[in-house]
Amino acid sequence: MTNDPIRALLVKHLGRIAPEIPVDDIDRSADLREEFDIDSMDFMTLITALGKELSLPMPEADYDQMRSFDELLAYLRSQKV
Amino acid sequence: MTEFRMPSLGADMEDGILVEQLVAAGDPVHRGDIIAAVETQKGAIEIEVFEDGFLDKWLVPLGTKVPVGTPIAVIRASDTPDVPQPADPTPTPAPPEAPQPVDPRMPDVPETPSVPPPELPPQTDRQRVSPAARRRAAQTGFDLGSLGAGKIISLADIPDSASKTAPMSDMRQAIAAAMTRSKREIPHYYLSDTVDLTKAEDFTATHNSNLPPDARLALGVLYIRAVALAAQKYTDFNGYFEDGTFTPSDAVHLGMAINLRSGGLVAPALHDATDGDLDALMTRLKDLVARVRQGRFRARELSDPTITLTSLGDRGVAGITGVIFPPQVAIVGIGTPSLQPAVIDGTVQPRRIAQITLAADHRVSDGHNGAKFLRAIIKNLQHPETL
Repeated sequence: MTNDPIRALLVKHLGRIAPEIPVDDIDRSADLREEFDIDSMDFMTLITALGKELSLPMPEADYDQMRSFDELLAYLRSQKV
Repeated sequence: MTEFRMPSLGADMEDGILVEQLVAAGDPVHRGDIIAAVETQKGAIEIEVFEDGFLDKWLVPLGTKVPVGTPIAVIRASDTPDVPQPADPTPTPAPPEAPQPVDPRMPDVPETPSVPPPELPPQTDRQRVSPAARRRAAQTGFDLGSLGAGKIISLADIPDSASKTAPMSDMRQAIAAAMTRSKREIPHYYLSDTVDLTKAEDFTATHNSNLPPDARLALGVLYIRAVALAAQKYTDFNGYFEDGTFTPSDAVHLGMAINLRSGGLVAPALHDATDGDLDALMTRLKDLVARVRQGRFRARELSDPTITLTSLGDRGVAGITGVIFPPQVAIVGIGTPSLQPAVIDGTVQPRRIAQITLAADHRVSDGHNGAKFLRAIIKNLQHPETL
């Protein structure tokens, strides 16, 4: 788990946006934006950064599959297979 | 020669601390250049110069708190010969500088001799300094220049000292002062309605479908344009009420209420929000939000808004009734959209609906005109392709 590069990447970019909220403290199955208190602009920044680093299109139509930390992580893994 | 003064960045600002000198004495400056950073209750603000010329000398050492209006630097006009000025026994009072950031109540500048600049190395290279670090440095008089350029300076890099104030209590005081003045002086009236955002959402979804994330539009940018276009048409809601007189503004500088993670909020201006296409407006919005989040915005952005928009985004609550930020005369609030049943052509359909409110100043307008203004915003949002 700890040497999972995609998870590490997600944690890194969340940390840039919400440095005061440790990933270990959140409910990873709950709404990501509420857990990290990030607004739509922050979310856009996060999606942009993840898309660039992983070379993924991150279409808006898929945002429903990125609601929680766990969902977003699963989505990124499924796209990188 | 003109004196460059500590600007006022709002009715609640009495003084500021010079925390960065970004131009060395003798260097050329151009209108619009950012030459200094000032620590205020609202964070570090970048200060622009309003003329072309040369920065003759700094008058205030780094870390010094000075009242609004105090000369902090001398600017020599481009056409002034570069000769030592003769000692002048009767210094002419500096003329009022043309486009000073607004505050008509700038106090008279005391006729005290300027503080000579200390022998500090000029800070010409930009440092990246976190707002908390900058604040502590200003409070303790720590010279940021001693840490060198090219690295990111955080709070841990600045030596602690005995005096520690909770940084955000300053922000809270600034908000409290402005809002108390608003509630004391402005006879607010309030109107509310709902706005169907289905078309606006469909428009952004279609627009964004084949675009990479950094080229996508946010729904908020449609709100901004819809409010700006309505404010340009209904002039009673866009401008400043000062000294008993309302002065409408031709341009719409839309104040965007932006929440800060560290607590509090600011509402800097998105200048000329009616201009350019939506993509360009989105780029400017992202730039503004990113700089605000870094605690870094420009003097004009704080002093310029002619009307404010507060939007609760898509994880908020249904509605907000704003408090007008003086000397403005109106604030528009848009709540979190939700899927609701609506009757359209006799059938019930799920639509994306949000509450929209207007708080406006009875010294300038009445509910009748306010309703027209609010309906114009709602109508604009039904035609996103025209925004």
